[in-house]
Amino acid sequence: MKPAPFEYYRAYAPAEVVELLTGLGDEAKVLAGGQSLVPMMNFRLAHPAALVDINAIAELDYVRREGDSLRIGALTRHRTLELSRAPEVQDGFSLLPRAARWIGHYPIRSRGTVGGSIAHADPAAEWCLLARLYDADVVVLGGQGTRVVPSADWFTGFLSTVAATNDVVTEVRFNRPRAFGALTEYARRRGDFAIAAAAVAFDVVDGRCRDVSIVLGAVAGEPLRVTEAEALVEGAEPAAPTWAAAARIAAAAIRPNADTYGGERYRRHLVDTLIQRAFAEAFASDASVSAASGIR
Amino acid sequence: MKDQHLVTIEVNGREHELLLDARRTLADTLREDLGLTGTHLGCEHGICGACTVLLDDQPVRSCLVFGVQADGHQVRTVESLADGDQLSDLQQAFSDHHGLQCGFCTPGFLMLAEAYLETEPEGGPQEVREVLSANLCRCTGYQGIVEAVTVVAADRREKAAVTQRAGDA
Repeated sequence: MKPAPFEYYRAYAPAEVVELLTGLGDEAKVLAGGQSLVPMMNFRLAHPAALVDINAIAELDYVRREGDSLRIGALTRHRTLELSRAPEVQDGFSLLPRAARWIGHYPIRSRGTVGGSIAHADPAAEWCLLARLYDADVVVLGGQGTRVVPSADWFTGFLSTVAATNDVVTEVRFNRPRAFGALTEYARRRGDFAIAAAAVAFDVVDGRCRDVSIVLGAVAGEPLRVTEAEALVEGAEPAAPTWAAAARIAAAAIRPNADTYGGERYRRHLVDTLIQRAFAEAFASDASVSAASGIR
Repeated sequence: MKDQHLVTIEVNGREHELLLDARRTLADTLREDLGLTGTHLGCEHGICGACTVLLDDQPVRSCLVFGVQADGHQVRTVESLADGDQLSDLQQAFSDHHGLQCGFCTPGFLMLAEAYLETEPEGGPQEVREVLSANLCRCTGYQGIVEAVTVVAADRREKAAVTQRAGDA
């Protein structure tokens, strides 16, 4: 349960990370919060020849609003978002602090980072679901400079992304703010990886659901948008029968993976339940907005 | 191949200069290099929380942080809680409420709870349980631990209020 030997480098600026990674080659990894990488190293499932520690790059720790886009620096800890009551977060992205509470436990959240989670690309990870839910862009610095990758193109399968070995994630931009949102999960123990997870976001305009997103976690190699179910909710009344119909369609539309924690049928059942719960919680989550627009 | 680094870490208010292998975890640094064996190691992959210490006042799994990463930072371990033979209020409460059992998980629970209590929380039973769910006690004696932390949260709030009133007067 000790990691294999490796070389340690500390970077003080994003460009220095790319420079180091380029020089070190394929066997080097970025060390952010280390809450996934270090357990894998302790288990010897991962044995990078070198680590480039980015924890000293204070300029990557920020939360900023630019118009409809919420920009979160890659080194921002989960806990920072969990505790944020800032208007730039609450306005349209109030789900992010609520969803962050699902991440592991308190000491995991005080160390783990948003960028690290997106780069690790676990299909059960809350930030990966949220990235797809809010059509996030992943900002990456690499050998050719900065590029902006839509989250729809970012994930390429289980723990896999389009990132090159000398790329470092510098920012995650959450787009498409919505008044209503919820993320819910099921796991055997508090803080465990979800056996299934569901996240929803939508607006309500003139008593109808608009701009609907539904994303599922831990049922495929990457977080999954369920467009069939989104289409059903779009324009429908925000009420329990709508949620139930959408949940049924989503459960039927997916081909969930089976593992020790649950078979295909069990995961379909969980997805059905979790989507209904997520919609109900989301619609209850912003009473002030719903009261103001007279939809209750 | 050994990749060694000269680091300066402040542990429990005292500065230490150490030559560390890159692969040395913070937990092993504390135990093996500094002899601070109060920090326990259970699972060594971030599940059990026995090795929880405070890094710049934040609770972290010291098995998931490398010693070299603590260079220039402050670490607090369970050894920082008592003042000589005088137990801290939290340690005394663990004893009073039978939150100790075999004692293996205790240092991790104490440091987790200390971090939580320093945020001056409301300390409601639901929140205390959510916080304590981070660590495992294989004696399954969570009830006593929950009671100890809840009582200290209330006591510290009370004391803060008294101090506040005294300051106002």
